[in-house]
Amino acid sequence: MNFLKPFAAMAAACWLGATAHAGAITVKGSDTLVVLAQKWAEVYMGNNPQTKIQVTGGGTGTGFAALQNKTTDICNASRKIKAKETENCIKAFGKRPTEYKVAMDGLSIYVNAENPLKAISVEELEGIFTGKIKNWQDIGGPDAPITVYSRENSSGTYEFFKEHVLQGKDFGAGAQTLQGTAQVLQAVAKDKFGIGYGGAAYGQGAKHLMVAKTKGGEAIEPNEENVISGKYPISRYLYCYVNPALDKDETAAYLKWIRGEEGQKLVQDVGYYPLPTQFRAN
Amino acid sequence: MGLKRGHKARPVERVAEILIFTVSLSTIALILLIFIFVGREAFPVLLGKTNSALIQPVIPAANLDQLRPEEVREYLGLTAQQFKEMDRETLMALMESREEASNDIPESFRNDPDAKANTTQFRYLIRPHQWTGYDRPEYIWQPVGTIHKYNLMPLIVGSLKVTLIGLLFAVPVSLGAAIYVSQLASPRVREWVKPGIELLAGIPSVVMGVFALLLLASLLQRIFGYQFRLNAFVAGIALGLTAVPLIFSIAEDALTSVPRSYTQAALALGASQWQASWQVVLPAALPGVFAAAVLGFGRCIGETMVVLIASGNASTMSWSVFDSTRSLTATIAAEMAEAVAGGHHYRVLFLLGTMLFAVTFVTNFVGELIIHRLKGRMEGRG
Repeated sequence: MNFLKPFAAMAAACWLGATAHAGAITVKGSDTLVVLAQKWAEVYMGNNPQTKIQVTGGGTGTGFAALQNKTTDICNASRKIKAKETENCIKAFGKRPTEYKVAMDGLSIYVNAENPLKAISVEELEGIFTGKIKNWQDIGGPDAPITVYSRENSSGTYEFFKEHVLQGKDFGAGAQTLQGTAQVLQAVAKDKFGIGYGGAAYGQGAKHLMVAKTKGGEAIEPNEENVISGKYPISRYLYCYVNPALDKDETAAYLKWIRGEEGQKLVQDVGYYPLPTQFRAN
Repeated sequence: MGLKRGHKARPVERVAEILIFTVSLSTIALILLIFIFVGREAFPVLLGKTNSALIQPVIPAANLDQLRPEEVREYLGLTAQQFKEMDRETLMALMESREEASNDIPESFRNDPDAKANTTQFRYLIRPHQWTGYDRPEYIWQPVGTIHKYNLMPLIVGSLKVTLIGLLFAVPVSLGAAIYVSQLASPRVREWVKPGIELLAGIPSVVMGVFALLLLASLLQRIFGYQFRLNAFVAGIALGLTAVPLIFSIAEDALTSVPRSYTQAALALGASQWQASWQVVLPAALPGVFAAAVLGFGRCIGETMVVLIASGNASTMSWSVFDSTRSLTATIAAEMAEAVAGGHHYRVLFLLGTMLFAVTFVTNFVGELIIHRLKGRMEGRG
């Protein structure tokens, strides 16, 4: 069996190579989180040069699929895991993935800078996005049809908005679906009578409306204080999910660092909001 | 090199021949395999094996021990292999997650008659349905949400609408260009125009899409003054532009393959150059021109990037060209990444893929068949 020797040597080399990379963490999932995750990785790798972190986007669902297939260690998610995904994870590795809240995000309502409207209520938003309210006049604006810009249904933001603002009702059929928050902003910036939604972190080119919980209620500005305290009505958590069997050593240390003081400081740099103190890691 | 009649092929040539043959054979096999792959993923929908109902029967996790193993396996949808490898704890966790999912259903949906409906049944896929909260039966494509609405009609209409606009734009333009280049233009002009048009084929469709998004959309909106900046019209025109080179080169081929003697006979009888090409050559090449349009249809309906970027992607059920529209291809591209693998959304997307594949396959097949026949006729075989 002499001819097998080189192969054995190669296999050994590969194995050694693999163990040498044991300090590598792969992170995959939500596109909303990808910039923040990259920032975290960059700074963490700067402090801990022995750890390699590889961050990719692709969408929350893609991240969960990778978590099931064990092709990623950490899954970034801009929404909670779905029942079917939990089930698939249990089928794949016997346990449900561990959930960590890692940041907060407020959803802003964008309108064109020329729009005279300043505030809007959640009820009115529901009417507009389900297609029941079709004219700005109905909510105290100019007499012009409303052009509704929404996100692609693969986006976690879309689902969150549908669940929490539309109360599970359907988006109106006329709502245009765009590929990303940046596109929504760009569309609203170009369209005098457009309305869209997206992360509060994105700001350029459009006006952010203040949002009231009920019609006639106090309109709240989407800023850090109001989002963290939960006063602003449309805010959400961003998550990391991890296979509990892999939640140890470097991965665990990294997740703890993210949820600690240093990681949370970076959240602000990227434009999201840090976690309220009770969810942080010490 | 060249043909050596009477000699046997040399071994190298023989090998090359066999290689080329296997390559072409494997291409056919590959197409078949792709179709089988796509079809297999969609099969459960066709067989009615998927269930997308919000409210599903739930067995409390505490009852695990009272169930027969077979019942547990079936309830959890496990394969025999998976079931064998699982311990009691895992099964328990699975059952608990089922129970939790059912507890998580919002109160407002519990008494909704639609919550019990399996929305992947054909009547929901094809026919309008009056969902709770709507005033009348409607065609709704809203796959993500509490109740999954999978009506395919808005997407089919969207795809057809964009494709037809594309063809209405591309066919006259490319046919005109083809007649001009093959019949009327001087050889010098032809040498420039023909490669010029065919160069359009080299533009990546994503570039065409961005061009439509940034420039074409604003330009057309300024001219026509409609409400939605991105709509079927914009996407259709951009789609037409991508199809022009294909339609042009096939139509031009067909026109050129009409024997010179036809034109010469017409000219000898006193027809003008224009009459000869319009009344003699074009009718003779008509099947080829038709084939060009058919292939153009296949190209347009299968195109993804342009429509994804420029159509606005609202799943409206309307034939108005100035409404934003959502096509089959863009739907697959946009939603596949987020669909839970093996879930009903995933299966329905594959169903869309199967439909698209079938349509493009048939149109391409028909187109090629017509061209083949026409060539035969022009060369005097049959």
